[in-house]
Amino acid sequence: MFKDSVKHIILILSGKGGVGKSTVSTQLALTLQEKGFKVGLLDIDLCGPSVPYLLNLEGKDVHQCPEGWVPVYTDADKKLAVMSIGFLLNSRNSAVVWRGPKKTAMVKQFLTDVCWGEIDYLIIDTPPGTSDEHITVMENLKSVKCDGAVIVTSPQEVAIEDVRKEITFCKKTGIAIIGIIENLSGFVCPTCAECTNIFSTGGQGKH
Amino acid sequence: MDSNVPEHCPGTQSDDAGKASACAGCPNQTICASGEAKVVDPGLELVKQSLGNVRNKILVLSGKGGVGKSTITALLSRSLALNDQDTNVAVLDIDICGPSQPRVLGVLNEQVHQSGSGWSPVYVEDNLSVMSIGFLLGSPDDAVIWRGPKKNGMIRQFLSEVDWGNLDYLLIDTPPGTSDEHLSATTYLSNAGLTGAIIVTTPQEVALLDVRKEIDFCRKVSVKVLGVVENMALFVCPGCKTVTEIFPAKTGGTKQMCLDMEVPFLGSLPLDPKIARCCDEGKDIFTEFPDSPYLDSLKNVTDKIRKLCNTS
Repeated sequence: MFKDSVKHIILILSGKGGVGKSTVSTQLALTLQEKGFKVGLLDIDLCGPSVPYLLNLEGKDVHQCPEGWVPVYTDADKKLAVMSIGFLLNSRNSAVVWRGPKKTAMVKQFLTDVCWGEIDYLIIDTPPGTSDEHITVMENLKSVKCDGAVIVTSPQEVAIEDVRKEITFCKKTGIAIIGIIENLSGFVCPTCAECTNIFSTGGQGKH
Repeated sequence: MDSNVPEHCPGTQSDDAGKASACAGCPNQTICASGEAKVVDPGLELVKQSLGNVRNKILVLSGKGGVGKSTITALLSRSLALNDQDTNVAVLDIDICGPSQPRVLGVLNEQVHQSGSGWSPVYVEDNLSVMSIGFLLGSPDDAVIWRGPKKNGMIRQFLSEVDWGNLDYLLIDTPPGTSDEHLSATTYLSNAGLTGAIIVTTPQEVALLDVRKEIDFCRKVSVKVLGVVENMALFVCPGCKTVTEIFPAKTGGTKQMCLDMEVPFLGSLPLDPKIARCCDEGKDIFTEFPDSPYLDSLKNVTDKIRKLCNTS
């Protein structure tokens, strides 16, 4: 499916929003880049793309070449390539008001038309939920080897509830779960160094 | 709908439907060209009839996930229902893939019943009812793996077939984004008389970025923005009472955004771990922590919303 050789594909998933999927995706990409790998980061959150902001790439443009779309590179060595719908919007305030079929077409295009070059890792950042974007990615990755999904959650029950649904989604669709990352576990007060569990606790281990 | 929609589809409602150059080769071309696709959705009228006895219909929106839409929806509904027993309030959860209302309102394992007049919602208090897809799932682990059209069918059913009775307020909790659920809800509700939308956000730029998009969405579909509620603004350390901004407002925060986007600012709610735990366990904060300063901020926001509803 990909134009170029992509050695590993990792999906970043979570049923819940605001738990840090995009933060984990970008940090993972930056860490892999620092270790010397060539990395691609694909943001398929069409209604709320955060990756351009998090990597300080807002306002950058995607270019078209004969082979397809050229992603945005964060560095001169072209070690980290990024693709997001954020690069295609005129204004950072404009909303992408699309129903499923149009989102599906866009995600498909992202998966097939981007010239990543030879990369070691492709990290795919997703929106919350188990709907159009997720089904499309899963269907399109069937033909290539996907290493699996990293699931991000925060500790409160209300987040875990949605994350359990995401795990069911992975099981039903045959995506391996690499592991679960718990984000926003505790907050250390800068004055007295007391660690507070701002979002209650106890969800993780139980499941 | 087919997934091979042409890139420049003029839309089924357009005068060019089936006749534009992009329509060539589209499997739906004949249907569009025949005008069949332009027929008005019968659901619009059904929803209007069903919600005829609902005085105020309010959407709770946010472009960003995890900012507290469901929490604030639940707390507002409790707060609106608290004042007097004659005010009837209901919550409709249209987050199909991640329903949270059953947990936050403490009615996790309840069932909805079907009667002659439709689905009976689940009652949290005598004057507070709730409907969510969470009540229809066999197990909490069940994932709803649906594409748009199926989600839309469910929302239409929720809006037209739930027997709410007479309501003063119907709060509609939404998933993050600006897609199928939001379009369906606004289409059906605009026709039935939508009071407006409350937007929830947290102070950091990465959230505001998505929330600006949501306000843009409201403008595009002509939904009135009643105002913006800022959540998780400040954190008071339970040990030493130091106040910290956990999610710093690097770009001026919510107030600045409200000025820029010309929408009203309704108030700010702090991050209180006790409240978070309370919601996780589905308890009523008004009886658990009646003295919490959080409740003052919440009541303040509730009063503003009540006023806005009475004047609009």
